[in-house]
Amino acid sequence: MNTSLTNAARLFTAGLRALLVLTVVTGIVYPLVVTGVAQGLFPGKANGSEIKADGKVVGSSLIGQSYNLPLKEGRETPEPDLRWFQGRPANGLGTNTVNTRYELILSGATNRSADDPELLQWVQDAKAAVVRDNSVPGHPVRPEDVPADAVTSSGSGLDPDISPRYADLQVHRVAAKNGLPAERVQELVDEHTTPRTLGFIGEPRVNVLELNIALVELVAPGAGH
Amino acid sequence: MSPVLAGVLQLLALTAALALAHVPLGNYLARVYSSPKHLRIEKWIYKSIGADPDTEMRWPAYLRGVLAFSLAGVLFLYLLQRLQGVLPGSLGFASIDPDQAFNTAASFVANTNWQSYYGEQAMGHVVQTAGLAVQNFVSAAVGIAVAVALVRGFARSRTGELGNFWADLVRGVVRVLVPIAAVGAVILVACGVIQNFSGIHEVGQFMGGTQEWNGGAVASQEVIKELGTNGGGYFNANSAHPFENPTPFTNLFEIFLILLIPVALTRTFGIMTGSVRQGYAILGTMAAIWAGFVALMMWTEFAHHGPALQAAGGAMEGKELRFGIGGSSLFAVTTTLTSTGAVDSFHSSYTGLGGGITMLGMMLGEIAPGGVGSGLYGMLVMAVVAVFIAGLMVGRTPEYLGKKIGTREIKFAACYILITPALVLVFTAAAMALPTPGDSMTNSGAHGFSEILYAYTSASNNNGSAFAGLNADTQWFNSTLGLAMLLGRFVPMVFVLALAGSLARQQPVPATAGTLRTEKPLFAGLLAGAVLIITGLTYFPALALGPLAEGLAA
Repeated sequence: MNTSLTNAARLFTAGLRALLVLTVVTGIVYPLVVTGVAQGLFPGKANGSEIKADGKVVGSSLIGQSYNLPLKEGRETPEPDLRWFQGRPANGLGTNTVNTRYELILSGATNRSADDPELLQWVQDAKAAVVRDNSVPGHPVRPEDVPADAVTSSGSGLDPDISPRYADLQVHRVAAKNGLPAERVQELVDEHTTPRTLGFIGEPRVNVLELNIALVELVAPGAGH
Repeated sequence: MSPVLAGVLQLLALTAALALAHVPLGNYLARVYSSPKHLRIEKWIYKSIGADPDTEMRWPAYLRGVLAFSLAGVLFLYLLQRLQGVLPGSLGFASIDPDQAFNTAASFVANTNWQSYYGEQAMGHVVQTAGLAVQNFVSAAVGIAVAVALVRGFARSRTGELGNFWADLVRGVVRVLVPIAAVGAVILVACGVIQNFSGIHEVGQFMGGTQEWNGGAVASQEVIKELGTNGGGYFNANSAHPFENPTPFTNLFEIFLILLIPVALTRTFGIMTGSVRQGYAILGTMAAIWAGFVALMMWTEFAHHGPALQAAGGAMEGKELRFGIGGSSLFAVTTTLTSTGAVDSFHSSYTGLGGGITMLGMMLGEIAPGGVGSGLYGMLVMAVVAVFIAGLMVGRTPEYLGKKIGTREIKFAACYILITPALVLVFTAAAMALPTPGDSMTNSGAHGFSEILYAYTSASNNNGSAFAGLNADTQWFNSTLGLAMLLGRFVPMVFVLALAGSLARQQPVPATAGTLRTEKPLFAGLLAGAVLIITGLTYFPALALGPLAEGLAA
């Protein structure tokens, strides 16, 4: 009994020592070396692909933002600012509840199932809003023109992209709200459309933040917004 | 190009890349685990452990090494989380509560990476980097070690000795995982994955005002999370978060990393047992199941049945636009047919049948191609069963790789196969029967049941993905899922090592005209059939209540 206890203790000590040594290798040396190389070779990307407009950082090209008007009194959700291209819905986003000294955005999906009545309602409401907001005289939007990404929340809630179809659908509205020719706005969308990588990986996409930054230049060259 | 064609081309490109890469890596792994030489850094590590890497171990000693090392891992990770509040470099985040700290420690040591916490608001730099990411490395190395021990059981005769656990563990980390991870991490950073140690800081926004961001050593953790089939995300959204998986290319690259070692190990198995073709038979079975599941998943997701998805005009709920339905389906099948559990899209919002496919993938025991190490030993146990079934049909004593499959061997194999379904079904039944666990569901009806069935399937099979509508941060779920993960990881390992010891003691029997040719496609077909029938039927009643009911209603 005594020797088996001693043996067990010796074995556990060996396990603990192995863990501590491997923690030094994989938990300290490895991440520090990778960080050093990453900061040396790709500092911009290693720090979040921040993107500037008029010399000011306005976000990350990888992280989707909302383009809303300030919240009106008595309303629960802000209205979209229709001068700018709009991204995907983000009904799964949360705010932090654990370490509340911070106001972190919590990435996440809705996790609603395909037969969830509330999800169906969100999709129908979103579709009606897209049709309403984007129909301008001479260019009505039909419900069947609205692509799926325009009315569904992404996995992260931070999707930076929309489909070219959703961007095209917003062209006439954005042009009208900003007093620009629709052809010029359409050109801008085409310039900012990224095709599939190597022609087959992923989906064609338009980065909303980059598109809106380019739109600022078109609306008021050099002045910012 | 249509999205369907693009999805199929991604599947083919991935298959080609793996076909190319698994040969040199499989050869290299065979050398790593057969070489008598030690590197200088390894000698230094053995000295600090106080272990002699050249001592051969029988199966009980090998198992004791696995358990002692894993127990140390659970205790260390638990303490690290409990002390987070007073540790420097933790962004001022509070300590984790006892039940959640136990759940997380069990989860990462068991190579599961189930997460009942939100990464970006709960875990600081020290716990993520020196705690969670370390287990991503070492739990993967433990899995490979046990698989290699089983392969040695087939390869060796009249000895009972299976190698040295400490040597297998250290070599797996030093010679395999760290070098590949270092290169992969730099590739990920080059594509936009972040890698820094900045605290929470404010960044400007387009419409004015600021947003708060969390920095972190994400790329270095992301790469081992996939390579070691771990799956625990730095952020809550896991590989759907643009800082973890920024482009369509990184998505395909991360899927490649998940599959790389499990696929290469089939070649290592072939080389170490003296017949590469035996490895191909195993790989062929895995590849056929994987490709079949991907095809089914793409079919149901592109068809997007279900009221909300029909109204939206596509199954894009919970999916990132840059990956699309093709890339997301490929990731979802890969993560659930291995023991990974990372997600680039949220399975709960998949079509009813799509959600069922992710569950069935895990229920098959994650063997196509499975987790690092666990996939190979899981499939070899099924091969033992398949040989046994074939032997019963013709009335012959079954043999596999020159070893007799007798009463003792088949008992170990049967116990291995039974333990996981028992955990899944008993825990699910208990959760459904008790009054409070059901309060954690987000969705109701068949999908609500699926949330709980998914949770115990994921935990017991060491997957870690979730129908994340379930609020699993309760004492009941933290405790029972933690137990399911530990039992689902280590009890099967006991049977695998016992089987290995039993095989290694045997005298090999020479192949005769009546020996089943286990390197032929006929055997691969038999093996696939055994996998689908045995595990599939075990779970059919449970699947019928959840995803099948939802899928057929849609």
